[in-house]
Amino acid sequence: MFEVFTRLADWAAYSLLGLTPDTPMGESVHFFIEDITKIFFLLVLIVFAIGLFRSMLTPERVRKVVAGRSRAVSYPMAVGLGAVTPFCSCSSVPLFIGFLEAGIPLGVTMSFLIASPMINEVAVVVLAAAVGWKVALLYVAAGLTVGIVGGLAIEFLKLEKWVEGYVWKIRMGEGVAEEPVTSMKQRIDYAWGQVKEIVGRIWIYVFVGIAIGAVLHGFIPQEFFVKYASVDNLLAVPTAVLIGIPLYSNATGVIPIVEALMAKGVPIGTVLALMMSVAAISLPEMIILRKVLKPPLIATFTGILFVAFIGVGYLFNAVLV
Amino acid sequence: MKHFKVLGSGCKKCATTADLIADQAKALGVEVEIEKVTDMGAIMGYGVMSTPGVVVDEKVIHAGSVPTATVVQGWISA
Repeated sequence: MFEVFTRLADWAAYSLLGLTPDTPMGESVHFFIEDITKIFFLLVLIVFAIGLFRSMLTPERVRKVVAGRSRAVSYPMAVGLGAVTPFCSCSSVPLFIGFLEAGIPLGVTMSFLIASPMINEVAVVVLAAAVGWKVALLYVAAGLTVGIVGGLAIEFLKLEKWVEGYVWKIRMGEGVAEEPVTSMKQRIDYAWGQVKEIVGRIWIYVFVGIAIGAVLHGFIPQEFFVKYASVDNLLAVPTAVLIGIPLYSNATGVIPIVEALMAKGVPIGTVLALMMSVAAISLPEMIILRKVLKPPLIATFTGILFVAFIGVGYLFNAVLV
Repeated sequence: MKHFKVLGSGCKKCATTADLIADQAKALGVEVEIEKVTDMGAIMGYGVMSTPGVVVDEKVIHAGSVPTATVVQGWISA
């Protein structure tokens, strides 16, 4: 389905630029051109397509829908909705407060916050295009599970005491002007606006991710990965997760790196662990959440995810490799 | 004179929204007052969870994204 991008890269790298296949430079540039065109094409397409449907899904609506439900319903709902709703990190704080204020339990709220950056439908489709649907679905399944488990863990540990005090005192107003977006033209405008906003926001991460992936692909030999990142090296998974913690990228931006690593034979569990860690644990997000979460909760939150991702990494390696 | 409140805790989109309203008002030759509300309690008080939000006459007229220039012009001319 995507051969057109491979052929385009073939032409651009080998004919236009005159590089030779199977050389580090040739391979790198080919990877770069192929991924840049393919990923941005998909990005625009999917953000637009989903934008057409998503105009109805606002955090305010999500809050109304999730509030007051039993745990058995609200947990899956929170991760499910977290997966399909995008929101700018600056909305994390009001969203967090809003959820709690509506009586949604802390655990459920955290589930939403975990799932949201990690699973986004754009990343899933791009991931599928890059390395296949099996991997993409595994990623989603792992993300949803970690979201629920992480939230439950926080609830079980009764960490409400580590939420900043003022949060519990805020009373949220009612009656936000619901702007019903119903006409096709409005939906198209909205979808197009989403494309401009989201691509405008994440293009740099995708670009950097592709550049890194290209270098990995062309310049780092397979033997390096066989030596350090094979299934038998038990330190590989924790190291992958550790590397991902201080790094931040939009989930889509990690995909070229995932692609390059998998092509070099790095096992799928290790790769997914890295991807989840990069996307879900991020320094900017934590700094923002510091407004509502006390440091012990942020640390616990990170620790739980760390363990969970390592678990996912080992599990997938054990079962699939 | 129209009094706009832009709700947002300081991220770029909120600043962009405030600037957009100011620019459009200038272009239309209408005098407006723009207040930036960054206090979380106040923002939540308006029922806004996804910033930036825009409030006129204590009513929330927009939330969740940077409004388009056309929409802003509509507010200013109304």
